[in-house]
Amino acid sequence: MGKTIRVLIAKPGLDGHDRGAKVIARALRDAGMEVIYTGLRLTPEQIVQSAIQEDVDAVALSILSGAHNYLLPRVVELLKEENAYDDILVLGGGVIPEEDIPQLKEKGIAEIFTHGTSTQVTIDFIRNNVKNSVRCS
Amino acid sequence: MDLLNGLLNKEKRAIARMITLVEANDEEALRILSDLYKFSGKAYVIGITGPPGAGKSTLTDKLASNLRKEGKKVGIIAVDPTSPFTGGAILGDRIRMNKLATDPGVFIRSMGARGHLGGISKATHAAVKILDIAGFDYIFIETVGVGQSEIDIVKATDTVVMVMVPGLGDDIQALKAGIMEIADIFAVNKSDRDGADRTKVEIEMMLDFSCTNWRPPVTKVVATYNEGIEELIDNVFEHKNFLISSGTFLEKRILNSEAEIIGLIKDRIIDRIVNDSSNENDVRIYAEQAAKRKIDPYTASVELLVKSMKEVDNSGCKKG
Amino acid sequence: MFDKNEIKQLKKKKNVWEEEKVQKTLNRFPERKEQFTTVSNKIVDRLYTPINVEDFDYQQDSGYPGEFPFTRGVQPTMYRGRLWTMRQYAGFATAEESNNRYKFLLEQGQTGLSVAFDLPTQIGYDSDHSLSQGEVGKVGVAIDSLKDMEILFDGIPLDNVSTSMTINAPAAVLLAMYIAVAEKQGVSSDKLKGTIQNDILKEYIARGTYIFPVEPSMRLIIDIFAYCAEVVPKWNTISISGYHIREAGSTATQEVAFTLADGIAYVEAAIKAGLEVDSFAPRLSFFFNAHNDLLEEVSKYRAARRLWAKIMKERFGAKNPKSMQLKFHTQTGGSTLTAQQPENNIVRVAIQTLAAVLGGTQSLHTNSKDEALALPTEDSVRIALRTQQIVAHESGVAETIDPLAGSYYVESLTTEIENGAMDYIKKIDDLGGAAKAIEKGYIQKEIMDSSYEYQIQVEKNERIIVGMNKFKIEEKAPKGLLKVDPAVGEMQKAKINQLKSERNQKEVESRLRALKDAATGDDNLMPYILEAVKAYATLGEICDELRGVFGEYEQSVII
Repeated sequence: MGKTIRVLIAKPGLDGHDRGAKVIARALRDAGMEVIYTGLRLTPEQIVQSAIQEDVDAVALSILSGAHNYLLPRVVELLKEENAYDDILVLGGGVIPEEDIPQLKEKGIAEIFTHGTSTQVTIDFIRNNVKNSVRCS
Repeated sequence: MDLLNGLLNKEKRAIARMITLVEANDEEALRILSDLYKFSGKAYVIGITGPPGAGKSTLTDKLASNLRKEGKKVGIIAVDPTSPFTGGAILGDRIRMNKLATDPGVFIRSMGARGHLGGISKATHAAVKILDIAGFDYIFIETVGVGQSEIDIVKATDTVVMVMVPGLGDDIQALKAGIMEIADIFAVNKSDRDGADRTKVEIEMMLDFSCTNWRPPVTKVVATYNEGIEELIDNVFEHKNFLISSGTFLEKRILNSEAEIIGLIKDRIIDRIVNDSSNENDVRIYAEQAAKRKIDPYTASVELLVKSMKEVDNSGCKKG
Repeated sequence: MFDKNEIKQLKKKKNVWEEEKVQKTLNRFPERKEQFTTVSNKIVDRLYTPINVEDFDYQQDSGYPGEFPFTRGVQPTMYRGRLWTMRQYAGFATAEESNNRYKFLLEQGQTGLSVAFDLPTQIGYDSDHSLSQGEVGKVGVAIDSLKDMEILFDGIPLDNVSTSMTINAPAAVLLAMYIAVAEKQGVSSDKLKGTIQNDILKEYIARGTYIFPVEPSMRLIIDIFAYCAEVVPKWNTISISGYHIREAGSTATQEVAFTLADGIAYVEAAIKAGLEVDSFAPRLSFFFNAHNDLLEEVSKYRAARRLWAKIMKERFGAKNPKSMQLKFHTQTGGSTLTAQQPENNIVRVAIQTLAAVLGGTQSLHTNSKDEALALPTEDSVRIALRTQQIVAHESGVAETIDPLAGSYYVESLTTEIENGAMDYIKKIDDLGGAAKAIEKGYIQKEIMDSSYEYQIQVEKNERIIVGMNKFKIEEKAPKGLLKVDPAVGEMQKAKINQLKSERNQKEVESRLRALKDAATGDDNLMPYILEAVKAYATLGEICDELRGVFGEYEQSVII
């Protein structure tokens, strides 16, 4: 039996615009993945602890408030502290200016999906990039 | 990752990975679980079930928070439905438990039912054992909550809390059959709403007709405001004491183990005959014959079963 | 509008036209698509004729501007008297920087202010709260206390300007601050003009900046209604918002339906609290989206006006015509903007502006072209404002009232949207009203389904978004986007520390205690909040006091 890809979708910070997060959640479900949806107003600490307990392959974080430069790297930092970064792909989405993307990637965010990205692109990216080398020993 | 030692050292990442692997039927993980089985059995396992929208997750969150105040370690397994078409699922029970996410004495895991009916997933039993071995004192299983036939929860737990809400009305009658066998305790959640007393009375009336040694208590709670939660926890303790003092605790666990063993046997046989790729064609061939009325399904099933047994005999053991 | 025989003749002729002319053409040139739909997925016919509006009764369904059912507009002369208020939503970083932006906008000919608050402010957290990290000053201005509010309106005479504030859960606190600033300027509260959004139900549905559970939230809203009716009579006490419902992916019909259902819930709550309908209903205002489908949008505004008028008159027995008038603010649809080829957004906004104006809006915010990327720069804000000014002064559409009335298509779409919205409202009534329908997740589910369907259509290229899924080009990353200095958070924290060392701590505590006591009882909370604000209690302190009494809302997530 193959392993089901599990993705945690969260909205860190305070913004309440969850249309994109919900659309992605549905699309990933329809692509056969298990989506752990955690809702609004999560702290980076809550996201990382949830990701670990759920043993997800990826965390997808949607931010439209402009707080991405703080919140996204913070999640990576905490995953590294927990030695979980090597197993978990960190993805960002929302309103994120092009010019911020290189530095976010430098800080360990695998990919940023901005407004207008097709859900298929996100699905394919997750399928092709999950770090499953350590799985199914 | 050293799963065996990680699990014994109660490391969250090892616990989490073990659950992932048993969900995927990973042989190595199941072997570790077999080895460590002797360390399990200490945790008290509580099922939380009830219709959709009853507030099961919020109630579980509050029960867990209150037990944490007493210093108990709490594991939570929340099961949600899996789409039969895609195999995907949206697991949303954590939303109600985000405040517990960072508590080191709490472990929350969401599971998709993955085609298993009865309110829990196939791997839920294994996940409970993993949390048990990792030293959690109380383990909650929150069922899918789609309807009344979540009977499997009884065989996976020590105590089952049935969560109801005011205004179910006729539904209680409809649910009656399903509820009576399942519930050890009733919680009438959202009791700040109109009709809570009526719902409580209706449940009590229903209970009047049954004669068992344990009469399930019916407790009004408002999970959102943490009202009635302590009383509900007391109900659980009372039920636990009843099981022990009446001598039925061990008997219940024997029945649970029996159900689990039978379930595993079924899984293994089906796996061998149906899910095994080398036999897949056989089933298909028999099915074609049956559809054309050249063989009947009764004979077909016996022949397939006998065939698979022979294979085992011939090779001594079958590849895993 | 037409007599039966005439319609009969027309139907006959239409059949002939379809069978002979149309079919012949179709045989040679098939149409571009099998089915044409509006952006909300409503089927659009090839041609609209009197047949589509055969039951239309002019006097009953349209009437005259300023008269029931207000389909054609709420004022008798509309834009011939006064143009709509051009009101750009703005605010970012600190009160000082936002104050500069407001002065710039007023110099550019803007006629009203619209304050955007940052998320911590909207959720009632001070800038030094742990959840505020990274968010301070990002989507709007950070307001922690009356001190910040004094700076925000420094040099702006509050008796001369109307101010709209996008604030919901803690609306009472921000309104109290506004009243307090005015008092310091020597402006009495009966001269204040403006709007607070104050619409908590749509926060639960779509926008997410809620704090308290439904009941205490409704109480705060009704307290504001009652307080303002006495003390701030020119203030619009609520802006019942469909904008965010639409942004969350609803259709036009759902936007109307769910917004008016929310409106019904507020009116019912106020009546239940003992207010007389005509005492508060004239101060209710609405807020809609302007999307790309020009004619559907115009029909949407007309349908909303007609339906609300009927609801107020028939369901709530309002007597004052002002209670029946649906007055609304419009913002062009943020989610229609693309990050690709951002200049195209200027054109989209121009079309949306036309929709709002042809639909009879009372005020309008036009989005800036770079809003899909970041906060707008001064240059792009200017273009957005100029777009409104061009429509107002050059396009000619403002010179006569409701010019699209009588279009077979627009009239039939108006009726269709009204009927669709009525059906939804009936369903919501059956579920026990908007608050219950939200709790059950019904409204969220309906929106989510529409939103997902739309997304799939775009991904399958069944809907073309220019520059995004067709007509694409290689682009360089845009330059010169507005950045909020990350130091804003630290600056605000320092301000709070200073404030706390300077203010009269005893007074703050006693006023917070008084507020808490009032919250446990059922006094109107506005006077208590005003007293706390004047003593320089922070927004976070006030909201925490109320959280202690009311608890916090738990979202029902429906995917």
